[in-house]
Amino acid sequence: MTAGAMWRGGGILALLAAAAAFPLVFTNPLVTSYGVYAMIFAAAAGAWNIFSGFSGYISLGNAVFFGSGAYAVGIAARDWHMSGLAVFGLLPLAAAVAAVISVPFGLVALRVRRHTFIVVTIAVFFIFQLMAYNFPFTGGSSGLSAPFLNWRAATYNNPFYYIALAAAAGTTALAWLIRRSRFGLQLRAIRDDEDRARGLGVRPMPVKLAAFTVSAIITGLAGGLWFYFITQVQPPSAFDPLFDLSIAVMAFLGGVGTVPGPVLGALLIEPGQLYLTQRFTNGYLSEILLGVLFLLVILLLPRGIIPAGSEKITAWRARRDRRAPAGAAGRDAGAGTAAGPPGATAQAAAAGPAERRQPPPPGGGAGAAGGRAP
Amino acid sequence: MTALLRADGIAKAFGGVQALSGCTLEVSRGSVAGLIGPNGSGKTTLFNVITGYERADAGEVTLGGEVITNAPPDKIFARGIGRTFQLTRIFARLTVLENMLVPARRQAAGRWRNPLAGAGLRAGSPERRRAMELLDFTGIAGHAGALAGSLSYGQRKLLELACVLMADPAVILLDEPAGGVNPPLAERIAERIRELNAGGTTFLIVEHNMEFVMGLCSRVTVMDSGAVITAGPPGIIRNDPRVLGAYLGGGLEDGESGDDATAP
Repeated sequence: MTAGAMWRGGGILALLAAAAAFPLVFTNPLVTSYGVYAMIFAAAAGAWNIFSGFSGYISLGNAVFFGSGAYAVGIAARDWHMSGLAVFGLLPLAAAVAAVISVPFGLVALRVRRHTFIVVTIAVFFIFQLMAYNFPFTGGSSGLSAPFLNWRAATYNNPFYYIALAAAAGTTALAWLIRRSRFGLQLRAIRDDEDRARGLGVRPMPVKLAAFTVSAIITGLAGGLWFYFITQVQPPSAFDPLFDLSIAVMAFLGGVGTVPGPVLGALLIEPGQLYLTQRFTNGYLSEILLGVLFLLVILLLPRGIIPAGSEKITAWRARRDRRAPAGAAGRDAGAGTAAGPPGATAQAAAAGPAERRQPPPPGGGAGAAGGRAP
Repeated sequence: MTALLRADGIAKAFGGVQALSGCTLEVSRGSVAGLIGPNGSGKTTLFNVITGYERADAGEVTLGGEVITNAPPDKIFARGIGRTFQLTRIFARLTVLENMLVPARRQAAGRWRNPLAGAGLRAGSPERRRAMELLDFTGIAGHAGALAGSLSYGQRKLLELACVLMADPAVILLDEPAGGVNPPLAERIAERIRELNAGGTTFLIVEHNMEFVMGLCSRVTVMDSGAVITAGPPGIIRNDPRVLGAYLGGGLEDGESGDDATAP
């Protein structure tokens, strides 16, 4: 094991230990509830990134899975008269329902790209919100209530926190595995040039759909957990456009397409939003600020904290190595291609302009006919 | 010699514009074939039809006797036809080495494949070794760890070619391999094509640089206004009055490109 890998492993363990100790150190229920929401959103943003970040297909419809997960466990718990700890056994159902929805959703939406794809995801999102209002089994606009959990108030949040932490950590580990796999490479090739990837034997639809479904499963799970925690769900809160915007902003702030970026973004944004909502009671303030933050990220930090930060570190190391040339060994041409902290190679902003240079599929051939035939 | 790749009576219209009409083209196994013609004569469209990027309105494409007309690009690649693009297309935000691994094929057909199997980046993996060999072969191994988007135009052309080679295709279609690259690099590309051809790879090349085409190809097909006007060995094509006519009366002297498209 290299020194770098040991440092990285140690860092991850330290972060996990700190995260596990958080509710034991900060016992105030208000603070631990922030922790629960932050972890739920870390999982949801990480799930969004596994599909949208890696494939470049920006989805604004993941709330479909979040809300469906919430409703699935809510309806099942109500109809099967479940209560107490047993309701957590229903969480796989939330994941399954989201997975089942993601297949037809993906088969339709993934036929189109870019802006059209975004619009289709928004349309499907509103269809689901409307269905939640109107189906007989969803409780209409008054929604559903979660089964009562007879837990002590002081530590009520802790089980939720640890489940959410496990979901966030699992999502991050999965994102890491996917990013370094052949599947992840195909997704990122599709992001850069889907037609070219096709011409090299990649079958885009199954690859995209698999990522979409993985993303849906995690988001559905997060939605189910969120519902138990918040204890009630109505159509506008389960299928909330702000959910879609929030997870996208989280990923963009931290670094779209990187493994730790969305988690970092969620840990920064979600507590901030909750604090503003609670401090000023006027819920719109946090929403306005979220919009401002989105604009600022796009303007000032378009690739996110993680890529910008790792670039700074790479530059700093290069300067240090120049001062002590003997230490510069060991960074061969192949380094930095592994899944590690993405962007660790000197990735000048080349990607941007290069992308713009890429032509549409040549449709050519036409036009220069006319009168020159032999 | 048998025809490995054959396009027979291909027609393709974009709206009211007939881009291809009754195009027939044959590429013999183990040959380097050229496809020339003025801008807009339909060369790239024919490439797109052969490789599945455009659907033919009529006609048939066969590879080694099997009909592959209008199959999707991924299937056509799997059948053994690789191609490059006139305006190079690479995965800009992947490293050069990652670019190479996108088309890597596993031989483990039939066996259950781990969906999270590594991409082949691990040092010592057969894919990585093969990729490095091909990057060496094309002379860009020194950039393996760099983002492909940071490569120069000529290096991108080399990467595109190396990438296609990863799957050992039977036929490689090159769309202007020497377009916009400096003469020494064009010569290097020609050299590589000769070496690959000697190893059994068949080529079909669209190119405006006549010196490049005439020096490399054993048979040249000429298109104009969406139709094939003639085909034959370079020596005969060079003096065919119909070819001269197609190029607006311009003479096809050695080293002079057919039109202004090759100006870098």
